[in-house]
Amino acid sequence: MADISINFAGIKSPNPFWLASGPLTNTAYQVMKAFDLGWGGAVWKTVGIPIVNVYSRYGGLTYHGNRLVGLNNNELITDRSYEENYKEIYQVKKKYPKNALLVSLMFETKQEWKEHVKRAIDSGADGLELNFGCPHGMCERGMGSAVGQEPKVLKEVTSWVLEYSTVPVLVKLTPNISDIREPGMAAQEIGAHGVSLINTIKSIIGIDVDSFSPVPSVGGKGTNGGYCGPAVKPIALHMVGALSRMPGWKTLISGIGGIQTWRDAVEFILLGAASLQVCTAAMHYGFRIVEELNQGLSDYMDSKGFKTIEEFRGKAVKNYVEWGDLNLNYRVKAEINPKKCIECQLCVAACDAGGHQCIHTSQNGTRVPYVDQEACIGCNLCSLVCPVEDCITMKEIDLGKPYLTWREYQKTAVS
Amino acid sequence: MSVSFVEKLECPRTELLFEESKPLFNKDQAVSEASRCLFCSDAPCMQACPTHINVPLFIRQIMTENLNGSAKTILSANIMGLSCAHACPVEVLCEGACVMNKEGKEAIHIGRLQRYAVENAYAKGINFFSKGNSTGKKAAIIGSGPAGLSCAAELARLGHEVVVYESRRIPGGLDSTAVAPYKLFSDAALKEIAFIQRIGIEIKTGITIGKDFALSELEKQYDLIFVGIGLGQDSLLKIPGEDLTGCMGVVEWIENIKRNNSFNPGSIQSAAVIGGGNTAIDAVRELKKLKVPKVTLIYRRTEREMSGYKHEKDRAAQEGVEFLFQTTPLEILGSGGRVTGIKLVKTKGEDGRLSVVSGSEFNFLCDFVLKAAGQEKLSGLFSQIKNLKIENGLIKVHPETFQTDNPKYYAAGDCVSGGEEVVNSVADGKKAAKAMHQSLLKGK
Repeated sequence: MADISINFAGIKSPNPFWLASGPLTNTAYQVMKAFDLGWGGAVWKTVGIPIVNVYSRYGGLTYHGNRLVGLNNNELITDRSYEENYKEIYQVKKKYPKNALLVSLMFETKQEWKEHVKRAIDSGADGLELNFGCPHGMCERGMGSAVGQEPKVLKEVTSWVLEYSTVPVLVKLTPNISDIREPGMAAQEIGAHGVSLINTIKSIIGIDVDSFSPVPSVGGKGTNGGYCGPAVKPIALHMVGALSRMPGWKTLISGIGGIQTWRDAVEFILLGAASLQVCTAAMHYGFRIVEELNQGLSDYMDSKGFKTIEEFRGKAVKNYVEWGDLNLNYRVKAEINPKKCIECQLCVAACDAGGHQCIHTSQNGTRVPYVDQEACIGCNLCSLVCPVEDCITMKEIDLGKPYLTWREYQKTAVS
Repeated sequence: MSVSFVEKLECPRTELLFEESKPLFNKDQAVSEASRCLFCSDAPCMQACPTHINVPLFIRQIMTENLNGSAKTILSANIMGLSCAHACPVEVLCEGACVMNKEGKEAIHIGRLQRYAVENAYAKGINFFSKGNSTGKKAAIIGSGPAGLSCAAELARLGHEVVVYESRRIPGGLDSTAVAPYKLFSDAALKEIAFIQRIGIEIKTGITIGKDFALSELEKQYDLIFVGIGLGQDSLLKIPGEDLTGCMGVVEWIENIKRNNSFNPGSIQSAAVIGGGNTAIDAVRELKKLKVPKVTLIYRRTEREMSGYKHEKDRAAQEGVEFLFQTTPLEILGSGGRVTGIKLVKTKGEDGRLSVVSGSEFNFLCDFVLKAAGQEKLSGLFSQIKNLKIENGLIKVHPETFQTDNPKYYAAGDCVSGGEEVVNSVADGKKAAKAMHQSLLKGK
């Protein structure tokens, strides 16, 4: 059996799955229940200057009947008192010493940070996560993503925390920037022990076409909120990968963004994530989903012969290259298995519209299409729209030519 | 203001005892189901539909919650899209052609989605079509079944004056009198007719052409005439005892359960239906659903040779219907004027001529017998129409224009086909209307 435990900059956790700071980690009741069900850790919902929330907080994206493909929220940080939060953090840590308990913090002044770094650690926090990512409400007050978007400010605030903290400090990054490497590098330079990404994406999840209000509607008005859930995973993967492959990058990453299944988790680990944070999936299905996550990760590792997570963490990083480093002599062509074809002709329509018009209907009266191999440019589109598993496959063709990158190609073209 | 025929229906009708076999989807069910559709290119379902409804499009419109658009897509191809959604044997038409079947997955529930779109759009009272600019031409439609109404709707949309003559008190033909109630209630059929009327069609009921209204007069008043009078009464078995109380024709019986509550299922212990077609299978299923303890279908040939659909026969078997194959009746037995059983005999021979197995006679006990051996051909009206060519009791028409040998007359539906599905009659009635339109324009 694989060992799925982790040690994240000194924060030990029986498995890499942590509940992300948010609605799931608001109370001791929730976190204790989650730990009982198998979660490795939790990041307590952001403690900060008391706020007031609105009613009607979430908006869901339903796609083709599938609910919560994306989720958007306008909820702010904790609306409970410092006393309640720190008391419950203490209770949880006391009862669950082996689970990782981090506390998310968001403050404005150095004095406030100083006070609450101490109080959080005194309550038993194994680590701190600095909320520099919240894209709504708090950023308008100069906190949250307003900090994450300014590397200088990020560095300064982080340096205050590092000055007072005796436990590892993670900086939570916002994706609402043009290049994640800038805030990432700022966090590394100032000495953060880890970064957590991505926080939610600034978004409007929908407009009610009858009332003309953005959703979720708060009495006929809506605001931009934070977008999360399965739909954001590709964006999160890119940002995690962008940091991991950056020359000189050595800071640990806690991966967040649309993780719902063990496979999602493995993908984040392969791009370098050392722990994984989950929110939307558990908000949708409850804490019990961790069972599938733990088991699936362990089974995957067993099937690959990986004994620890460190053995395969980051294995995909070196394969994530610039476009200019791809092999121009690589060839694939579409091949249709007529025995599997159900004759929907979606490949014909797709190739005709967005491909290179190389899939045609047969002239012999059958509805099974064929690929004009000469014209096929191996774009994969047909294989992606085909509803039948392994019906259209992309067959590799060996040109017998060496690996040729764009950079090399340009050189030969010039000479 | 057009007549509301729904209000003319009697309230206590036996059909109301039935539960719908495919209830109306709610929004969630419909959107989820619509989402499964692959949106095939050149879709086989669309080709399989005799009226060629753009199935992938209307399903996509359900998915995007544009129900009015979806209903319009359906109804512009098939003006009786609601009846067809209920009554069509989708298993052998659109759903049978669905590519999902080829992958061993459940076909998209096209019929139920179609019902969802049309019923919801109709519930909002939307009129999708209006009468075209007047051409000054007039057409009479004899018979208000699916063929006649489809023809009438198309002609009205093309701007012709259309009057439909119906001999019964309530229109719709077999669509309102014969479709199994668990598939379609008569009030739903009549609600659909109300929408067709609103296009600008007059339906005159209780008028038998050639009897109450002279054919010569009709010919004088109208430029063209469409005949869609369907078939006649249930065929006789031509054996002794058919006149006993408790023995009746299946079409007459189904009309009764759809029109009134004269049928008392509680008094019956054992019912037999004689025939192997779809109406016979409908009848045994209806009897079983009405909780008749023992229901038996008696068919003179083998199971394989039944003309009824296999999927319907299988459902009947699952519901507890019993079958006697290669068995034919010799006499309906009775006592005191009431049915007490049937004298049956076994038959032999397959795919060829049937012969009776001598010495195999036996008495089958039952107290109710339905004859489902087809319907008689109508000939009364035909003989009054000059030059009308009749073959095997059916009107001979041009296969594309549906024009008869008398150029003033067009015909479609069961009186031409001998008995097909509602959807075939709708398709043919519409094709006839297109041809009539061309002819009417030429005559201008």
